[in-house]
Amino acid sequence: MTTQLLLIQGLNGLQLGILLFLIAAGLTLVFGVMDFINLAHGVQYMIGAYLAAWIAAATGSFWVALVLALPLALALGLLLEFLVFRHLYDRDHLQQVLATFGVILVVNQGVKWLFGAAPLQVPTPELLTGGIRLMEGLLYPTYRIAIIAGGLAVAGLLWWLVERTKVGMLVRAGATNAPMVAALGVDIRRLFMIVFGFGAMLAGFAGVLAAPILSVEPGMGDNLLILAFVVIVIGGIGSVRGAFLAALLVGLVETLGRSLMPDLMRLFLSASDARQVGAALASMLVYIAMAAILAFRPAGLFPVRTS
Amino acid sequence: MDRLRSDLTAIAVLAALAAAPFVGFGEGYVLTLLARAMILAMAAVALSLLVGGAGLVSMGHAAMLGFGAYAVVILDAARIVDAAIVLPVAVLAAAGFALLTGAIAIRTSGVHFIMITLAFGQMAFFTASSLAGYGGDDGYTLYARSEVAGTRLLEDRLTFHFVCVAALAATWLLCRMLLESRFGRVLRASKGNPLRAQALGFDPYPYRLVAYVIAGGIGGASGFLFANATEFVAPAYFSWQRSGELLFMVILGGLAGLHGALIGALGFVLLEEWLSHQWEHWRIVFGVLLILAVLYLPNGLSGIPGQVAGALRKGDRRG
Repeated sequence: MTTQLLLIQGLNGLQLGILLFLIAAGLTLVFGVMDFINLAHGVQYMIGAYLAAWIAAATGSFWVALVLALPLALALGLLLEFLVFRHLYDRDHLQQVLATFGVILVVNQGVKWLFGAAPLQVPTPELLTGGIRLMEGLLYPTYRIAIIAGGLAVAGLLWWLVERTKVGMLVRAGATNAPMVAALGVDIRRLFMIVFGFGAMLAGFAGVLAAPILSVEPGMGDNLLILAFVVIVIGGIGSVRGAFLAALLVGLVETLGRSLMPDLMRLFLSASDARQVGAALASMLVYIAMAAILAFRPAGLFPVRTS
Repeated sequence: MDRLRSDLTAIAVLAALAAAPFVGFGEGYVLTLLARAMILAMAAVALSLLVGGAGLVSMGHAAMLGFGAYAVVILDAARIVDAAIVLPVAVLAAAGFALLTGAIAIRTSGVHFIMITLAFGQMAFFTASSLAGYGGDDGYTLYARSEVAGTRLLEDRLTFHFVCVAALAATWLLCRMLLESRFGRVLRASKGNPLRAQALGFDPYPYRLVAYVIAGGIGGASGFLFANATEFVAPAYFSWQRSGELLFMVILGGLAGLHGALIGALGFVLLEEWLSHQWEHWRIVFGVLLILAVLYLPNGLSGIPGQVAGALRKGDRRG
């Protein structure tokens, strides 16, 4: 029983980690290359989920929604970049935090206006309903496996793009020293736009993937965004590899902590106290991990910047 | 000159708040709104000491209010309602949290400081959410407001109004004196040029930590007033979005002096209130206004006169 529970929670943690990575990858690149804090990145995730819910309801097909939501999420991301973010690149971090905070208010309320405050449901695509037998008496939903597989595939693609292509090389160079790249004759604004658009699309993709298993509601990106920030700070700002490992770490710690912490506390406390203290500790666990890592390695686990 | 102007503006704002009940703003709901604005202004002034004075951009300041408010809740549940006990506990709880977390957070700087204070704020938030004995996510309704010397002094709206005015004035005075003192000069010097301050023999760390703890204590006091004003406390009041709002008040007002935080907080709360009566989806307008303020008011609301004067002068030269 315990191994089964552990396996299920481990897979759930992996799946949360994959979703976090898809959000954090864009965040860390935008942050690393443009030195731009985008609190509104979680909004891209929400936009992806809402687009999926809207298109799936209109066409009745999750796959159509998946195909259409990505370019639309990209377009909306670029629109936000054009309207707001572009004017913030030269500002200090504080102003970026505040202006993008304003964007969160606008978009969260905007979807509430358009779609209502009640959560929307997206049916799981027919092809991926049911479960897969992992071992004796253990059925794990196919769709969740598909999320893990799809996320890993995208992570692989991203690795190839960043490590093996010319644009990826420029992105890596930009994360290390953006002014130098600009001085060498690269159109840094265009590079910014590519990175930004790509990040927005990845977050939108995460939103589409999450739509059938989570409720699609206004503000759904806010809490995940904070976790994504934890991920990029732990992983080292600008590092995709760091973001990947940190995302899996945070996903596992968050999920396993929630299921194991109350049991662990029962060793020391009475049952009702253990449930309370365990739940509190579990939700704090990732933040404690982040504080500990920052206290000893202020630049994160895989720092990119050498200066 | 600038300092004089800042002081005069702050004093004028405080005087206007004190006079408000006598010039037609004495109705119950107006006083409630003003109390809320003043309590948040207290926290904003303390945050302004950190951001403007020490260069510490804290994204977890709401947690300090939370500690103050939850001190009231926990003591209320234990039937301890004397303000002479509750207020010091609220202040010390928040200051203690600030000391513990600040000791780690201040080792980092820049973006990492923003993120780590955010993380500590989230920890406090989740702790409050899991306090099932005190309502958890749903919040906790106080039996009554705190008692002062055995009397229900704070129940009276007008008295509470003046308590808030006095608390805000005291906060402003304390932060202003701190900024002007030797302590404040070292803080500002380490913000402007840390290397030079260090070369003069000042290690910024203890100064920043003390400022962080003081701001935390003030946050605790405003949390105490917040709980007493609403008589209801929920974790949602102290989420990271609230920290963002507090930071916004500071920047909206302007960092040139502490009067900015006063103006910013009052402006923020009153604008929010007015807009929310105009349209159900007022947050869209509010968000757009906030974005525009960041983009076009680099010195905040309190910098508008200077900006206008500057634009006029430029126009003169051209003409």
